[in-house]
Parts: sequence; structure tokens; C-alpha cells
Amino acid sequence: MSRAGKVRGSSTASWELRHNGMTKRNTFGMAAVALLLVVFVPGRASAQADCLACHADKGLQDAAGHNISVDGETFARSIHGSLKCNECHADIKEYPHPDKIAKVKCDICHSGQATELAGSVHSDGVEHPCTSCHGDAHAVFTKDDKRSAVYPLNVPKTCGACHGNNGMAQKHGLATVFPSYLDSIHGSALTKEGLLVAANCQSCHGSHHILSRKDAKSPTFKANIPNTCGTCHAGITANYYDGVHGRAVAAGKMGAPVCSDCHTAHAIEQPTAAGFRMQSTPICGSCHKDKFSTYRDTFHSQLGALGGYVETARCWDCHEAHDVRPASDPHSPVHGTNLVTTCGKCHAGANLSFVQYQPHANARVRKLNPALFFVRLFMNLLLISVLTFFVIHTTLWLIRSRYEQVKKAAERGPHA
Amino acid sequence: MLEVQEAPVSSQETGAKSGRFFVRFTRAQRTMHAVLFSTFLGLAGTGLPLRFSQSIWARRLASEVGGFGAILFFHKLCAIVLTIAFAIHVKDIFTRGIMNREKGIFWGATSMVANWKDVKDIFAHFRWFLGLGPKPVFERYAYWEKFDYWAVFWGMMVIGFSGYAMWFAPFFAHFLPGWALNAVLVIHSEEGLLAILFIFSIHFVNTHLRPDSFPMDMVIFTGVESEEEFKTKRAVEYERLARQGKLEARLGEKPATWLVNFSRGVGAIAIAIGLILLILTLTAYFGE
Repeated sequence: MSRAGKVRGSSTASWELRHNGMTKRNTFGMAAVALLLVVFVPGRASAQADCLACHADKGLQDAAGHNISVDGETFARSIHGSLKCNECHADIKEYPHPDKIAKVKCDICHSGQATELAGSVHSDGVEHPCTSCHGDAHAVFTKDDKRSAVYPLNVPKTCGACHGNNGMAQKHGLATVFPSYLDSIHGSALTKEGLLVAANCQSCHGSHHILSRKDAKSPTFKANIPNTCGTCHAGITANYYDGVHGRAVAAGKMGAPVCSDCHTAHAIEQPTAAGFRMQSTPICGSCHKDKFSTYRDTFHSQLGALGGYVETARCWDCHEAHDVRPASDPHSPVHGTNLVTTCGKCHAGANLSFVQYQPHANARVRKLNPALFFVRLFMNLLLISVLTFFVIHTTLWLIRSRYEQVKKAAERGPHA
Repeated sequence: MLEVQEAPVSSQETGAKSGRFFVRFTRAQRTMHAVLFSTFLGLAGTGLPLRFSQSIWARRLASEVGGFGAILFFHKLCAIVLTIAFAIHVKDIFTRGIMNREKGIFWGATSMVANWKDVKDIFAHFRWFLGLGPKPVFERYAYWEKFDYWAVFWGMMVIGFSGYAMWFAPFFAHFLPGWALNAVLVIHSEEGLLAILFIFSIHFVNTHLRPDSFPMDMVIFTGVESEEEFKTKRAVEYERLARQGKLEARLGEKPATWLVNFSRGVGAIAIAIGLILLILTLTAYFGE
């Protein structure tokens, strides 16, 4: 496709042909024919030159004050460089042309994309003309071309021109989109490393046929998210579908989390990074409230909450992140037979007695943990009785001592 | 059986001052108290952020000092120092009481072990609080001082054992049942909380902040107290020493001004830190 873009002077028909399924083999042949056309058909080739006689003037303005100049050289190199001006500006038949000319209709050629766009969230053509994504109409390049506004490395900036506005994100119930993405692992891989395979906006949302995440056909619809992410993260998605969450989602139980519920949609962090480890247990806890509450009673949580010690066990360090299984499943890392191995990942020397430790013990419920319940009860009674006795004792003492002091001072006072 | 005696009219009240000072604590005992309160403040200051790890101040404090790693390091460091101090004390008791058969260690007027007089003193003290009886007089160690001592003694064993059980959990798991590993955290944190609440409120007031000693009792820092203070606070001991003719042997020197000022400074800082920690503890506890 990119080579086809360099061809000049060919007809609209041949251009369309090339864009709609030309094989690599005949590219060269076509290019040769096109070159001949450039050389031997001066009438066609001079059409651009005729317009540029006026429009090359960088200061050229229409009656409304809009700049209507065209950089002929850039246009010639662009994907549309082979077209005559009036193939797009079809209402211009002769010179001089009327002051007011019709809006260019891209769908004359790009009918497929136009149809997709019409069914998408961007269907409003006034707000979303093709050029808002593809850039300057006279400098459109293919998406494989670094100069293109839709080149993978340029996509976030292009989308961000509108979606960088937080008001727009908030309209759809998100705090931010573009800044979150830029800071995310996808965004930094793309902007810092120039990694072409890193997910950009359209990797997840599509391009012309972007649908609301509430639309069941959208790749960002909750049920579709595991497969959307799975287009790159195939192994993780397979693991996920083996686990309880994936199986629940596959069975249509949409209360179960999909990728974005834990990783977020745009602010995705490296899961091993301190930031993610610090914020992620409450994510699991938002559903598993009782487990989160008992986890918070433990040393794992206490020291984990204080920062600088990100190694302490978070939910998935014991339960696995994607292939989460119930403790009754022999493949689960928290199944009785696997505990020595699982705990041993951090606790060197963990033995069968050590793993009897209950990471979710609830000392408040007698039936669940009777021994712990009574230990806690005894400690609380000790604390309450000692403090109650001494608070009464010392308060009375204070009052009495002060009373004596004041009394004696009063007795001494007149003689002093 | 000792009868509760009435407090003598102290010379302080008559205005006369003897200018004599008597030794109450040896240098070793004062050093022990200094090590005890420094490590205790350190343990409390690093233990509380753990106990109340969800509170904002705990997280801020932790991030200031370098996160949990720094906190745990400091906590363990204080714990080791305190353990050594505790071991030295136990060895000292063993040597004096058992090896040297020193009198007054395990029983008698100067012992830390509670006796019948302590029981009577508690009731008499309460009667005096309520204006129902005379103010009782005390021996070398009053009942609340003995309680302080045993509370710390018990606390160190309980908190120490549970702390080491967590520190070396896989080792302790060889001879402790699984649920005990859960229990040690509950015990450590509850007993620690009790120690903090007790020391920073009851001990502070009983020993330092009550009107008779306000703002602090300097005797644990300087080792000596004036004859007037001795007579008022520990009349029974004073009388006993006078009777036995041992009063002169206890005479000490007036503390140097620098020592008094230094002690005031250190004591004030310790009490201030303690009170701040107490407020943080109470807000976090009732905010949970």
C-alpha cells in the first residue's frame, strides 16, 4: 500500500483498484504504467499545477479568512498525491471557480470506512470529519508511514487531541483517559520505547467502527475484554479462562472481574511495580470484602500498607492472579498440599506446622477460630480491666492531690 | 502485720529545708530506666504505625523514615537492646537474690514482690481519695510502683516471646501449633497497646505528672531526692532507716545543676513523645 501511495498521475479507478486488493507482485507493473501516464499525459498532470498556480501562495485566504493554500510538494508525496484536485473538490469544473465550494466527500472512494464510521460513536460528521484523525487533507499518509497521524506511535496524540480533555472522559464516567494512558505501561512502551506492538487506542477500541463499551459488539464491552486483551496477551487470557473469574464470565456471570477490573482500562501499570502492588489488594477487596477485612488484620497487610515493602503477600501472591482457583482445587496454590511450596516462596523453611497459619483468621468469630477468639478475648479483658482500674484510681488520686494542694496553699496564703 | 500509718507533716509544709539528699536509685538502675524508656519509645513509635497501618499518620510516618523496611529494622534493633537489658536485669536479680543471698530481693520491705501491706495500702489510698480516711504512707516501693515493675516484667516476656515468634516464625513453628502463629500477632499487638496506653497515661500521671511530682519526678534521672521529698513520699522507709540507723549510709550529694537540667530536658522530651503517641493511639483506636 505504501508503495502505491508514491505513484503519481494514475486514474481514480486504478488508485481504487490498488487500495482495494492489489497484490505485491503487480505493484511494480502498475507503478510503471502510472509513471508513463505522468510523462505522456500532460493534461492530467498539469491539473494540480494549474490549481497550485494560485494555491501554492502560503498566504492565500478565502473570503471568510481561512487559509486555503496547499503545499504542493507535501501533497505530491501524500497518499492522495496521485489525484487531481477536482477528483476530491468535485464541484470545481472550470477556472475561475466559485468562491464557495462544497465540502469534500471522502466516502466517494472510502465508502467502507464511511459506513463503519456512520455506525460508530464518531458518527457525527461535523464533530468528527475524517481529517480530525487523518490530519491535513492535503498531507494524508498510510498508517504505516511515520508521517501519518494514524501511525501507531502517533495514534495516542491524535486521539488525545480530543480525548485529552478530561471533560470528555468524565462525560463517559472515567476520570481521565489520555494522561492515564500516557503514564500506563502501554503508553510508556509506545512513547518512550517506540514499541509498535504496544497497545495504542485503536488496538482495543478499533478505528472507524468504535462503539460504546455498553454496546455488546464493542471490543471494550465487558464480556469481550478478555479476548480483546488476548489478541496480544494470549497466554494470560488462556490462564484467565482456566480460573474461577474467567469461567464465571464465560458462563455469563458478569459480576466476575475481567482484565480491566483489576488492571484498569487506561492507567494500566506493570503488575510488579510498587504502585500497582500497593493499590491492588483493595481491588480484590471490593468484591471479597470479608477476606479483605481478615487480611487487613494480619501482619501481611499491616506491613504491606506502609510502603517501601512491596514484597509482602498480596492476594495473588498466594491465590494466583489469572488462574485463580478455590482452595478445594488441587491445582490451586492455596490447596493444602501446595501450601508449603506457596508459603515457602517467601518464608524459607516453611514446614507443615508453619502453613497451619491462617492468613484470613477471624479472631472475632468464635466458631471459626475458637483458640484465637479466646486469646483475643483474654487480651482485651486484661487491657480493659487494667486500664479501667487505673484510670479510676489515678483520676481520683489527681483530684484528691490537687484538692490537698489548693487547701494547703490557702492555709499558708495569709501568713506568707 | 503493718498498720497503716498517718503521713507525717513534712518539713516542706513548715518551710524548713535540711539541704540533705538521699540516694534512691543507683547509677545502674538509672541507666536501666534510660535504656528501658528509650527503647520503649522506639518500639512504641515503630510499633504503632504497624498496629494502625491504615491510618494516615502511620503511612506518612512510614514514608518519612523510608517505609516499612526502616520501621521494622528500628523496631527489631530496639527489641534486641531491650532484650539484652532485660537479660542483664534477670541475671542481676539471680546473682543478688540467689547466688549472693542478698536480703530484701524476693521478700521484705524493699522487695518488688507484693505483700499484705500493698493490699491494705490500695484500700487505704482509695479511702483517702474519697476523704474517708487518712493518707497512707509507703515503704520503699508503693503498690503502684510494684505494679509498674511487674507490668513491664510480664509485658516484656509476653511481647518479647510473641515478637520473636513472629520474627522467627518458621523456627517457632517446629514446636508451636499453627494457630499459635495467628495468636502471637494478636497477643503482641494487644499487649503492646496495653503497655503504650498504660505507660503513657497511668505511669506518666502516677509517677511524674501528679501534683506532688509535677512536671516530673527527677529521682529516676538524678538518683537522689531531698530529705523532705523522701519523708513525704516514703515515710515508712524513712522511719525504718532512721530506726535502724542506716539513714546516714543512704546520704547522697545534691545533684549537679547540669544533670538536673539535662534530665529535665530528656524527661520532657520523653514525656512529650509519649503523650503525642498516646493521642495518636487513641485517635487511631477510636477511629478504626
